[in-house]
Amino acid sequence: MAQDTTLNDAHAEHEHHELPTVFGFWVYLMTDCIIFGSLFAVFAVLHDQFNGGPTGKELFEISGLALETALLLISSITYGFGMIAAHKGQIKSVQMWLGLTFLLGLGFVFLEVREFAGMIAEGAGPDRSAFLSAFFTLVSTHGLHVSCGLVWIITLIVQLSGVSAISERMMNKLTMLSLFWHFLDIVWICVFTYVYLASMI
Amino acid sequence: MLGRLSFADIPLDVPILVGTFMGVAIVGIAVLGLITYYGKWGYLWKEWFTSVDHKRLAVMYIVLALVALFRGFADAIMMRSQLALAYAGNPGYLPPHHYDQIFSAHGTIMIFFLAMAFMTGLFNFIVPLQIGARDVAFPFLNNLSFWMTAVAFILVNISLFIGEFSQCGWLAYPPLSEMQFSPGVGVDYYIWAIQISGVGTLLTGVNFFVTIVKMRAPGMTWMKMPVFTWTALCSSVLIMVSFPVLTVAVALLGLDRYFGMHFFTNDGGGNQMLYLNLIWAWGHPEVYILIIPAFGVFSEVVPAFSGKPLFGYATMVYATCAIMVLSFVVWVHHFFTMGAGADVNAFFGIMTMIISIPTGVKLFNWLFTMYKGRVQFHATMYWAVGFMITFTIGGMTGVMMAIPAADFVLHNSLFLIAHFHNVIIGGVYFGYICGMNFWFPKVFGFKLNETWGKRAFWFWFVGFYVAFMPLYVLGFEGMTRRLNHYDNPEWYPWLLVAEVGAVLILFGIVCQLTQLYVSVRDRNLVENRDLTGDPWNGRSLEWSTSSPPPPYNFAIVPHVHELDAYWHDKENGIDTRHAGGPYQPIHMPKNTVGGIAVGVLSLVLGFAAVWYIWWLAVIALVGIFATVIARSANQDVDYYIPAEEVARIENEHTRKLMAQAAE
Repeated sequence: MAQDTTLNDAHAEHEHHELPTVFGFWVYLMTDCIIFGSLFAVFAVLHDQFNGGPTGKELFEISGLALETALLLISSITYGFGMIAAHKGQIKSVQMWLGLTFLLGLGFVFLEVREFAGMIAEGAGPDRSAFLSAFFTLVSTHGLHVSCGLVWIITLIVQLSGVSAISERMMNKLTMLSLFWHFLDIVWICVFTYVYLASMI
Repeated sequence: MLGRLSFADIPLDVPILVGTFMGVAIVGIAVLGLITYYGKWGYLWKEWFTSVDHKRLAVMYIVLALVALFRGFADAIMMRSQLALAYAGNPGYLPPHHYDQIFSAHGTIMIFFLAMAFMTGLFNFIVPLQIGARDVAFPFLNNLSFWMTAVAFILVNISLFIGEFSQCGWLAYPPLSEMQFSPGVGVDYYIWAIQISGVGTLLTGVNFFVTIVKMRAPGMTWMKMPVFTWTALCSSVLIMVSFPVLTVAVALLGLDRYFGMHFFTNDGGGNQMLYLNLIWAWGHPEVYILIIPAFGVFSEVVPAFSGKPLFGYATMVYATCAIMVLSFVVWVHHFFTMGAGADVNAFFGIMTMIISIPTGVKLFNWLFTMYKGRVQFHATMYWAVGFMITFTIGGMTGVMMAIPAADFVLHNSLFLIAHFHNVIIGGVYFGYICGMNFWFPKVFGFKLNETWGKRAFWFWFVGFYVAFMPLYVLGFEGMTRRLNHYDNPEWYPWLLVAEVGAVLILFGIVCQLTQLYVSVRDRNLVENRDLTGDPWNGRSLEWSTSSPPPPYNFAIVPHVHELDAYWHDKENGIDTRHAGGPYQPIHMPKNTVGGIAVGVLSLVLGFAAVWYIWWLAVIALVGIFATVIARSANQDVDYYIPAEEVARIENEHTRKLMAQAAE
């Protein structure tokens, strides 16, 4: 009996040794979600405090936004292909897809920085009005997350080079980054609809 | 080069600070000197600072909390002394500029670094042991959390000697905390300390939530979990939901200050009430984050010293969960005077009153646990009974303030100050000290001295009433909080009484220190040693291990059959430890320098950002990223304790148990 239990325990422990990592990351993402939720609430309160300055309708350009959105959404698909390759154990292919995801993400960040720079040059910077403070903070918090994601992608591409097989730990890392990347996509959809589209109507 | 930092920012013109600095410097040099003299640096580094063992981290958290208690209490007694003096033309000895920093630091330190650190220490020690786990889910993050909390406390204390601390109260309400009215570095110190410790707390919340959800021993279903673990779970959920809101609120204040944004400013369309809503959407759950684990402590202590199982386990669990949920729908009661209108205020007032129902359920559960039990009036039990009386009074004054109409009169008066000290000292502090007395033998293998424990209790208990009951009266007499001096003769005698109370509490703290000293001195006396690991005839799994527990906690992970798992095993003659094995190698996490490295770099980042030393801030930030990436690339993060080593440790404990039984 005692022998039996011990073996079961060892088995059970092994089973939940790696699982908490991804579960824990899920839970962390939910706390991140609350950060974004609070920023959305702040935007909701301040969205009409223009202080005599420009409104969203005057500032936002739909064409650039459509491109930004497209880049980010496609990067989620390419990451998905990367995960499929990871499950098949094709390391080179994973690196290729991650590299593509990186480029798309970089394009997104580039467009966003260009948009911000343009607005600031027009005198519509974050210190112009409460509306712009809330806008810049919410959107750039998302942008900073994407930038951190880019650093993370590079880190994993480098860590993947020179290994012969994808370890369980590496698979966890890829899964967590995947969750993170798709999560940012979802947040962007909320930003796009609630911040941009709703301001332009 | 040094941003806005210059030699003039060192407050050499304030004698109190110069004296304090000398004191801190002398004690600091003495401690560092002693460590060097006894050659303990390597030991501290290897066994403590870089340790990922939840038991070691627990002890470090509680040491941090006790240091914070001294700092916070020093602030408290200075305020009481100022108000005992500064009457009718006498300016007292603290000018407003200094006094305002003191009450801001007092609140900040007591909540974030005494209460939160103490609570996290208790979580760390007890939760893994109670659920039959070998460590927490993320041992590295656990170490990192500790260092983030510790460096944030260091940052607050640096502000004492370089520059100044915030003068805007413990929640830094705008517009006072905006650049326009607080151009100094005080609020920036506050912001960075809160953000850094906030990261630590958030990670702690995630860590313990995942630990409890995923790592319970086989057989421990939800309704077989000890109540302390339940409260730790609810508290972790509250942390995860509310701390991100704090992060946002304080970050936005920082953006206003650093980048001239307009979230909460008077101009530009800013909205101060937005800050109040955000900060209290965190702040109200925060007080439940602190009190719920204290409820958990009492739910372990009262049964142990009543010789009975807890009365109404299921209702205790439901009450805890109900409080957890309700704590999110009461935040507006902190500013009924905002002018949200009668309907909104009525909703939040009623919700607040409803919280007293599950809390009442808990109190009756503890009382019925004692009813017809064999109650031992151990020092630990004193704190529990003292809590029941004090907390009930504090709860009732809380219900009084939940009536919006009454709150319009009592808002920001000393009545409020008396109320929250009544629940936080009488609830949180009594609870944590009760827990410390209860679990101390488990941590160190010897008991705390009871005589000094009882003395400490009586001084604290009586001191609390003498210090804070006058504040209720003063509130009714119209005295508002945060006054530096006054000329109302009716207030004067009550403030003198409150000063006496503060001195009694000081004696209480001295007794607690003496208790620690006497206990360490007499640790080898037979009656003080805890050889069995079960000094109180305990009910949950932590008492089934040796005291102190081995690094791996459980050589063989126990099977849980019933609530009160260890009690069930004792009753049925089951050996929870499975003494004799067979043992297997145990997989353990390795120590890490990552946590302390990120912690120190965060301290540098915070300090540099406070003083606008941007090059240093960038270096620190890059350093943090580099450390995290290096940690992610490190493959050498775990090791195995060989089965023979496990067998040796376990047989040693079995031998002690046998010898004890033979006596």
